[in-house]
Amino acid sequence: MSAIQDYPSRLTDNASRKFETFSYLPAMTDKQIREQVQYIVNQGYNPGIEHTEVENAMQNYWYMWKLPMFGETDVDTILAECKACHDANPDNHVRLIGYDNYAQSQGASMVIYRGKGFK
Amino acid sequence: MAKKGYDAGVKEYRDTYWMPEYQPKDTDILACFKITPQPGVPREEVAAAVAAESSTGTWTTVWTDLLTDLDYYKGRAYRIEDVPGSDDEIYAFIAYPIDLFEEGSIVNVLTSLVGNVFGFKALRALRLEDIRFPIAYVMTCGGPPNGIQVERDKMNKYGRPLLGCTIKPKLGLSAKNYGRACYEGLRGGLDFTKDDENVNSQPFMRWRDRFTFVQDAIEKAEKETGERKGHYMNVTAATPEEMYKRAEYAKELGTPIIMHDFFTAGFTANTGLANWCRDNGLLLHIHRAMHAVVDRNPHHGIHFRVLAKCLRLSGGDHMHSGTVVGKLEGDRDSTLGWIDCMRDRFIKEDRSRGIFFDQDFGSMPGMLPVASGGIHVWHMPALVNIFGDDSVLQFGGGTLGHPWGNAAGAAANRVAVEACVEARNAGRELEKESKDILTSAAKHSPELKVAMETWKEIKFEFDTVDKLDIQHK
Repeated sequence: MSAIQDYPSRLTDNASRKFETFSYLPAMTDKQIREQVQYIVNQGYNPGIEHTEVENAMQNYWYMWKLPMFGETDVDTILAECKACHDANPDNHVRLIGYDNYAQSQGASMVIYRGKGFK
Repeated sequence: MAKKGYDAGVKEYRDTYWMPEYQPKDTDILACFKITPQPGVPREEVAAAVAAESSTGTWTTVWTDLLTDLDYYKGRAYRIEDVPGSDDEIYAFIAYPIDLFEEGSIVNVLTSLVGNVFGFKALRALRLEDIRFPIAYVMTCGGPPNGIQVERDKMNKYGRPLLGCTIKPKLGLSAKNYGRACYEGLRGGLDFTKDDENVNSQPFMRWRDRFTFVQDAIEKAEKETGERKGHYMNVTAATPEEMYKRAEYAKELGTPIIMHDFFTAGFTANTGLANWCRDNGLLLHIHRAMHAVVDRNPHHGIHFRVLAKCLRLSGGDHMHSGTVVGKLEGDRDSTLGWIDCMRDRFIKEDRSRGIFFDQDFGSMPGMLPVASGGIHVWHMPALVNIFGDDSVLQFGGGTLGHPWGNAAGAAANRVAVEACVEARNAGRELEKESKDILTSAAKHSPELKVAMETWKEIKFEFDTVDKLDIQHK
């Protein structure tokens, strides 16, 4: 068994802050992001985009990017909108949400562009 | 009035309570019992006896029967079926008029349906297999204080199962050391830690000290990770007064979730606490100690799916459901059946999952099934596949037993669950590709890699005792 490793999370290190689902995995590749967008479409969820300054990530309400894309099923259109949000707010976390009307909840929510200082 | 005068004496039950022509009403409470009659007792008689003894009847005629409309109030045995794979048991279906039960009282329903009748001498064994609560009755019950959707919003957890961990050793830690164990798990990536069921307020760790230190652990872990955290603070106590005192203190601390053992404490305490949680905005985690005493024997007792339905009506936001794959009993198809009963709005009759009736819960919120007991990272793909997103996966030893400690154990499980969800969303078959999915995730997580090495060969392969009844001859 390998030697015991310290768990490196620190209050003083902003990069120790997580941002819920998939934040314990490495940043997704373009191919992986596309797969997740396809999943949201396949589930019949309505895609929505939000972003925030990294230091405010724990708040309930992030900035909504335009309006949720109701009924949008084209993966490229959704990806282009995520990219547009990221380009306009390059330092911010950008998350993609799949609104599930039937559960009245978010069926999916994931940061797909990580903000400044996050790998 | 059918006939004149009062006839004292003993009548056969079937004369009054066996009604094969009866069409159950939408408002009836329906029950399916599995009955092992004493040898020589005809099946219609025994089914009728169960209907009688669980409703209006007694062993002899009494004159006061004639003061009421017994034909309206009686339970009726309306169908008998063979039990597949068994020669000496029958299923008896019984309909009870809704007037027999006090509104919103699971206590009252169970006192009737599983009361004296279970000791009745004409039966060798009796098991309540399933209940159909009519929507009219469901609407009189409070149900889960919050429900899945509200919990997700409060805890900010979407699109994945939640992760928990029961703190071990079960008993003996001081409050401060216990808080340490919680903090380590939470900072490593868990959503919840949990009091073990028998942690109440023992001399080595009084409840107030535990709650205080654990709340500190939650708050620091939240600050550190930027994520919402909770600990199921067990308020189960010897008296309801004491239970509410503990719940009030938990609320004062601002903690998000408390916990209760519904079966040892009883449905009266549970329903009261669920109402309190609804009024005060706390989530309620429900443990099920003692359930296996009544639900494991396939011939006698109460099936767990009945307890699950009863608890949903009494109130709870989480309920332990078994894991299928871990150290505790639980047949896969049966488990899928009762987790539907916990979560879904409408559950269709499905004998392949042990569901005997359509069950409509209407607008009543669902509960998150909690899979806990002898599970570790290698089980993660199967767990995500079986339970889906709306569940809490709870690794006790599988977190705390990590060679590098709780934070690393927690991180390993968090990476594993996220990798499984990511893979599932990408269209991969979790159980088939489990090794590959976990191995690639471990490339970026030394914590996961070590967890996988530690628990590589640990399996719990025992046959299930309580199986679905199927033809095997």
